Amino acid sequence: MTQTQTETRVIKARRSYVQNVWRILKTAPPTAIFGMVVIAIYLFCALFAPWIAPYGEADIVGKSYQVSSSEHWLGTDQIGRDTLSRILFGARNTIGIALLTVLISFCIGGVLGIYAAVTRGWLDQILSRLVDVLMSIPVLIFALMLLTMMGKSVWNLVLILAVLDSTRVFRLARNTSLNIVVQDFVEAAKLRGEGMRWIVLREIVPNILPPLIAEFGLRFCFVFLTIAALSFLGVGIQPPTADWGSMVAESKTLITFGRPQPLIPAGAIALLTVAVNFVVDWFLYQTSGLRDEK
Amino acid sequence: MNPVIKTVLQRLGLGLLTLFAVSVIIFSTLELLPGGFAQAILGQGATPETVANINKSLGLDRPAVTRYFEWVGGAVQGEFGISFASAGSGWGSSNARHVSDIIAPRLYNTFFLAAMTAIIAVPIALALGLLCALYRNSWFDRIANALTLTTIASPEFFVAYILVFFLAVKLRWFPPLSTISDTTSFWEHIYKAVLPSLTLTLVIIAHMMRMTRASVISLLSSPYIEMAKLKGLTPKQVILRHALPNAWAPIATVIAFNLAYLVVGVVVVEVVFTYPGIGQLMVDSVSKRDMPVVQACALIFAATYILLNLLADIVSIVTNPRLLHPK
Repeated sequence: MTQTQTETRVIKARRSYVQNVWRILKTAPPTAIFGMVVIAIYLFCALFAPWIAPYGEADIVGKSYQVSSSEHWLGTDQIGRDTLSRILFGARNTIGIALLTVLISFCIGGVLGIYAAVTRGWLDQILSRLVDVLMSIPVLIFALMLLTMMGKSVWNLVLILAVLDSTRVFRLARNTSLNIVVQDFVEAAKLRGEGMRWIVLREIVPNILPPLIAEFGLRFCFVFLTIAALSFLGVGIQPPTADWGSMVAESKTLITFGRPQPLIPAGAIALLTVAVNFVVDWFLYQTSGLRDEK
Repeated sequence: MNPVIKTVLQRLGLGLLTLFAVSVIIFSTLELLPGGFAQAILGQGATPETVANINKSLGLDRPAVTRYFEWVGGAVQGEFGISFASAGSGWGSSNARHVSDIIAPRLYNTFFLAAMTAIIAVPIALALGLLCALYRNSWFDRIANALTLTTIASPEFFVAYILVFFLAVKLRWFPPLSTISDTTSFWEHIYKAVLPSLTLTLVIIAHMMRMTRASVISLLSSPYIEMAKLKGLTPKQVILRHALPNAWAPIATVIAFNLAYLVVGVVVVEVVFTYPGIGQLMVDSVSKRDMPVVQACALIFAATYILLNLLADIVSIVTNPRLLHPK
């Protein structure tokens, strides 16, 4: 009787990768869904800014400081550029520059961190001490100092922040890899004569990937906020490039006249970082089982 | 030697070493300035003769190591050299201002703002964090969680402008800008510093609450707390006799970490409210490329940051004997 039952049971096909992702996505809490929707909208705006925006990035299209109207939904700025268009182009510049910085920072920090953990030699010692020192200076302060020295330009900004931020990535990559390097399966790979390349790419990287991806989201938020703060302070992204941080600084006098103009770009920054944080929170919960209790 | 004293001394030594390394980094950025100190003062009108002249009169032709120790020696006594911006108009003229004269009044203003924020924020944040931990997963905790996450993720200037928009412009309770001069009285100073201080308070309360909550929760889930509950102690005894002695270390870390965070937050907030503090001075000097002032500000910020972290470590070593026995 039992024999026949087991035989007639239909064996389901293995779920495809897409099905798995979909299954996990369906369990996402509302905050994470909200976050993903917001990020998708931002990316859409950033990619298609020239097609969506009603006017050009630096086009002067009317009188300065106009209030919102049917022609200019969010009004115009101090020299008569359309605020909505600048917000849309700003998405492209601000997010693009922050993403580029974080990518560079992960390349530097990630590679050096894993290398330091695998070799454990004098290089590891030197890099770790250097990172300790660099991390004891607040990033914003350090960036302000280096920008004075090297002069204000977007490339200097990207380079400085990428190097400063890579210290955090280095530390995470090194510490997580150290835990993996001592595991038996790495030892086994070494014993069967695999090279460094195999050990790093096939044994270590897959295991440290989830924390690194979560860190990518958090580093992005941090870099994004730092760039916005530096641009707001007038030493980051320079005009006429549309950028949210400098747009807040440009329109800040309006707030004393009771017009919430600077709140629009500032809110755009806040919304994106909140969204990324929500998604990262959920991602961490999913991958590491980082739960508050039990 | 007493192991506690030994650990503390080790940590102090490490802190001083870090401070030394940081000061070397900050000093060497001036050395890397393209064209050097004299070129930066003279700008376009620099000729090889005048550059050599200034280098000689300032002693810049001597080796960098000697000058580094002079700079650090001066910095310890509160003397940071002469500002570029003031020296630009005519080298050696009477309007060359010492960096320390520019910094001193602003340093007082910044510490005033930071102290005011800390006095308000620390007790509130600790109390709220503790409540969230004790009533975790209640509605109160969930709302607090979402709110604090939002505040942490927002840039400081967003929080600042929302406060300005509602409290200063719509309700007219506080001035939107904090113009403070030497003649401003103490109470007026407090009144004008309310909005910047409130902005910083909101930002660090969010951080501090989350960290307090996390550390208290991890504490309350440890086996010896469960043991204390199981043997029939009242909740009050559990908290006061068993949880609290071990909570001092994480709480000290949380406070020091957030005060160190304040050091950075102060820069943006001072600019928003044009509060005449050291952060605003630093930003102005970056635009003017006034390197000695930027260096002095950076050194002050970095030193405060390092010393606060050092203090947190020492407090946690002294209050928590378990840290003395690393496994």
